[in-house]
Amino acid sequence: MLDLIAQLQTRERTGAGCVAENGFCPSWIADNWDRYVDPFFQHVILTLAPLAAGFAISFAVALIAHRRRWLITPYTSLTGALYTIPSIAFLYLLQPLTGRGFLTAFVALTCYTLLIIFRNVITGLESVPAEAKDAARGMGLTERQILWRVELPLALPEILAGVRIAATTTVGLAAFAFIAGAGGLGSELNEQRFFKSNIVVAGGLCVLLAALCDVLVLIAQRLATPWRRATA
Amino acid sequence: MTFVFAFLGDFGDAIQFIFQSRESVSGGVQVGGLGEIAELTARHLLVSAVAMAAACITCIPLGLWLGHIGRGEFLAISVSNVGRAVPALVLLFFFLAYLGIGFTNVAVVLLLLAIPPILTNTYVGVRQVNPEIIDAARGVGMSEAQIVRRVRLPLALPTIFAGIRVSAVSVVATATIAPFANVQTLGTPIVEPQTYGFSGGLGAAIVVAVLTLAVDAGIGLIQRAVTPKGIKLAEEAPGTRRRLMLPTRRREPAT
Repeated sequence: MLDLIAQLQTRERTGAGCVAENGFCPSWIADNWDRYVDPFFQHVILTLAPLAAGFAISFAVALIAHRRRWLITPYTSLTGALYTIPSIAFLYLLQPLTGRGFLTAFVALTCYTLLIIFRNVITGLESVPAEAKDAARGMGLTERQILWRVELPLALPEILAGVRIAATTTVGLAAFAFIAGAGGLGSELNEQRFFKSNIVVAGGLCVLLAALCDVLVLIAQRLATPWRRATA
Repeated sequence: MTFVFAFLGDFGDAIQFIFQSRESVSGGVQVGGLGEIAELTARHLLVSAVAMAAACITCIPLGLWLGHIGRGEFLAISVSNVGRAVPALVLLFFFLAYLGIGFTNVAVVLLLLAIPPILTNTYVGVRQVNPEIIDAARGVGMSEAQIVRRVRLPLALPTIFAGIRVSAVSVVATATIAPFANVQTLGTPIVEPQTYGFSGGLGAAIVVAVLTLAVDAGIGLIQRAVTPKGIKLAEEAPGTRRRLMLPTRRREPAT
């Protein structure tokens, strides 16, 4: 029923034969391109805001847990359980607490980044060779200096690898944000879900955004670790 | 009882929806109640199980073989990266628009989601087996097929099951969007608020969340059960630092 209405609407909008036959219509895409601009930027915000918040939280907790090891187990079991809950269910479960809209999507998407980034920060810090730390200590660096000048730079590739995974995952999960009424490309997908041109454009933008995030973090990773290129 | 439901507010209403049927929002039909929830859960698990079975049957032998001959690393690893870039929702809607609705299409979408973790983990698990053990197996006169079946497979099982676990969780989670393709799963009350109301959606969300956590925990138990004794002993031996075992939906091989 809903799809019938959706198809009728598209027919009314352009009246072109291609659209009526539900084909892949480049002319329709060219004409309707502007309606995807706002959802696209909504999607970008739905990706970047949770990513930033998730990074801040998990990075801070990881730095504390690096010294107080007992924190790792409770944090990973809690965020692991959150990570397992399906995004659609999570977006619903939050609504009695945070209402419909951006906040719900923001909280849910942030929760999904917590485990990924934390895990990579911890493994990154663990993989720093003990010799490097000993050398730094021998040069008279304090523990704080060792952390910021030796351990974190050496852990950076692993940390950014975590951010990369979190970024692409968040782009995909943000497609569900429409369930909580937070817009994004998912709501465009859902609105005319049997119209091929719409699916190709909205879905394509989604995949493109994920690929873009992936490449950008990869470039950042290369730029931030010049010594790796020297040895490679 | 009613007092408790009232105290819990929206959540109480949602839990009541799970246990007692009620008239739908638009009126006329009875929705909710254990009967309908059980029926939706059964179809939810059926479509997930079909996809998982197909993924295991195709990917585990392929991963074992590729891992054993040491070829196709690019395929086995990059399938994970590509899989992550294509969101489940986009994949499903693409299938709906181009191939139509129905049980088979949903199962195929779920199968595509299940493939990357299983294939990558099988490959990585098989590659991780110490080459000296393989040499020893060859030395005692095992054939290549025996090496794969009796040495590589048991030693890779924990890693393979980690992949199956990741896949199963994402498949059960994604089966929630199957109602978009006219397959009635636990996602139905979530995507049809005009019939089931907000509390119906919330109730279904609770059931889906519990179901996913149960699947995760269940496969975790199997994973522990199939781990060869030798590996367990090596992990628990005093002096060796225990590896950080974290549940991951999409496990990345170390890069």
